[in-house]
Amino acid sequence: MEQKRNLNSDTSPLQAAEYVEKPESQLKAMWETLRQNKAAVAGLFIIGSLALIALTVWLSELMGKQILPYDPNYSDMGKSFVWPNAEHWFGTDQLGRDLFSRILDGTKISLFVGVAAVGLSLSVGVLFGAVAGYRGGRTDALIMRLMDIMLAIPSILLAIAFMAALGKGLDKAIIAIGLVSIPEYARIVRGSILSVKENDYVQAAKIIGNRPSRIIYKHILPNVISVIVVRATLGISTAVLDTAALGFLGLGVQPPFAEWGDMLGRARGFIFTAPYTLIFPGIAITITVLAFNLLGDGLRDALDPKARIK
Amino acid sequence: MLKYIIKRILMLIPVLIGVSIIVFLIMRVFSPDPAPIVLGQHATQEAQEAWRQAIGLNDPIYLQYWHYLKGALTGDLGTSYYTKIPVVKEIMARFPATIELAVVAIILASLFGILIGVVSAVKKNSIFDNAGMLLALIGVSMPIFWLGILLIILFSGTLHWLPSNGRIDPLLQPAHVTGFYLIDSLIAGDSGDFVDALRHLVLPAAALAMYSMAIITRMTRSSMLDTLGQDFIRTARAKGIAEGRVIFRHALRNGLIPIVTVIGLQLGSLLGGAVLTETVFSWPGIGAYTVTCILKSDFPVVQGVVLLVAAIFVLMNLIVDVIYAFLDPRIKYAKKEV
Repeated sequence: MEQKRNLNSDTSPLQAAEYVEKPESQLKAMWETLRQNKAAVAGLFIIGSLALIALTVWLSELMGKQILPYDPNYSDMGKSFVWPNAEHWFGTDQLGRDLFSRILDGTKISLFVGVAAVGLSLSVGVLFGAVAGYRGGRTDALIMRLMDIMLAIPSILLAIAFMAALGKGLDKAIIAIGLVSIPEYARIVRGSILSVKENDYVQAAKIIGNRPSRIIYKHILPNVISVIVVRATLGISTAVLDTAALGFLGLGVQPPFAEWGDMLGRARGFIFTAPYTLIFPGIAITITVLAFNLLGDGLRDALDPKARIK
Repeated sequence: MLKYIIKRILMLIPVLIGVSIIVFLIMRVFSPDPAPIVLGQHATQEAQEAWRQAIGLNDPIYLQYWHYLKGALTGDLGTSYYTKIPVVKEIMARFPATIELAVVAIILASLFGILIGVVSAVKKNSIFDNAGMLLALIGVSMPIFWLGILLIILFSGTLHWLPSNGRIDPLLQPAHVTGFYLIDSLIAGDSGDFVDALRHLVLPAAALAMYSMAIITRMTRSSMLDTLGQDFIRTARAKGIAEGRVIFRHALRNGLIPIVTVIGLQLGSLLGGAVLTETVFSWPGIGAYTVTCILKSDFPVVQGVVLLVAAIFVLMNLIVDVIYAFLDPRIKYAKKEV
């Protein structure tokens, strides 16, 4: 007790403000609870495995080594539509390419687009949300009305329109998918900022003359980071689904990249003759999305003491 | 209450103007020139120039937008670049198909979603609960269009039970009254048409319902768990009320607000055109049509559809809020600042 009082009286507002700012502690507490959640750990394990596959495939490609059973882009027309067997585990597609190799290869595209798109919407969304929440008033109204307008347009239509305007390709898919989910992050961050803005440590940081950008990034954001982490994890699963949807419509990542949605779109004409070509890419998408959902749900429960009791 | 509703409807105006500006910017300012796409690559430069002049694409951007806005205010959303048919007519020809699909899907989703959610909450941590939650998890993780493909492979390709595309057998066309084939065939008293339309509807509606069902299941379960733990439920049980009545009359009714919210919002987004489901099942609704129009740079149609969809989305939000007030008399909007 004595010690505590000393700490209070001796600490300058600056130190006090620095003292509360412990982003690790919140994430660490989250991690401790998360570890108890079997489903979330399973999700994390799947994500780890997928990341490992993606990384291995990517690195081996960089070094010019063939680590997959077959070259994912090698087409052998004499071997088109081979049903799954011991040689081609998932069979071959219309161009005689090995589906197992293509699906493994596609892991890197899906994860990369998912993470990059979330990175884009997260950075812009956090900026918008932070400025709106912190500034309030007209700035807030302007930014949030813009977000409302974007939310009123179905995200898939918006993404398709962006793709039609920007042209097809990996980078454009990332931009289109990233842009459409900016409003979600902006809303969450704004809400969280409003809830901590009036806290003493923020006021203290303000009084000692910190710049708004420093207050937001040093004092406010670390305290709302867990909410952002949950949203971003679930956001990756949405981004993976959107990538697949754009690919399916023929608008996403273009060949020679093996992208799961694109594979489904191109195999659609063979739905009755070679249904297996449509089954495996879908399983890959579902497993990836499922893993991020499991982890995201687990993180959310870890954050919410009420859900923890349940 | 009425004041609140009027205020919210008036708020639609700035949203729709904003939406129209965004679509205009994407499709008219940042998109490539539509002339070669609309007229074909072999059209001469002169023909393209004449077309641009006729459509008004050579005017300054702000003037183009102003002309569009002026037309829209009088109900004229322009004509399709391709068919030359007024956009309103084009939309009206396809919208009933989208509504029919969305409504049947949301009914399926609500029915199963609430049922599974309630049982999961009541039998918490049982095998049924775990299975229900697993189903809900898979429902939100599966791409809808892939589920559609799986259903086609199984029920059309393998079992040959159900058709995989379209709304009805092309040889059967019910008399056009409402545009909803299920209703039109009933009005005409033609059971053959009705059954055929229903058979065409089953697979796309099931595929579309899956995601919404998963969301509704999760929301129902968590809302029911909240209510079941409250004192008035214990009181009801202590009074000796039958368990079924406690669950449905006391708990579910009180836990209904968040469930109604998700159902309303889901319906709002389904009415926006289930782009992918409509594409997979060649369903002639506005979702698949809009995608085609975006790809063909048919700006007037895209603008029209997006405005309609945005209006539906905003109105659906309003309807949900109004339903709140009926479900929970404590909520009074008129006094609250919006």
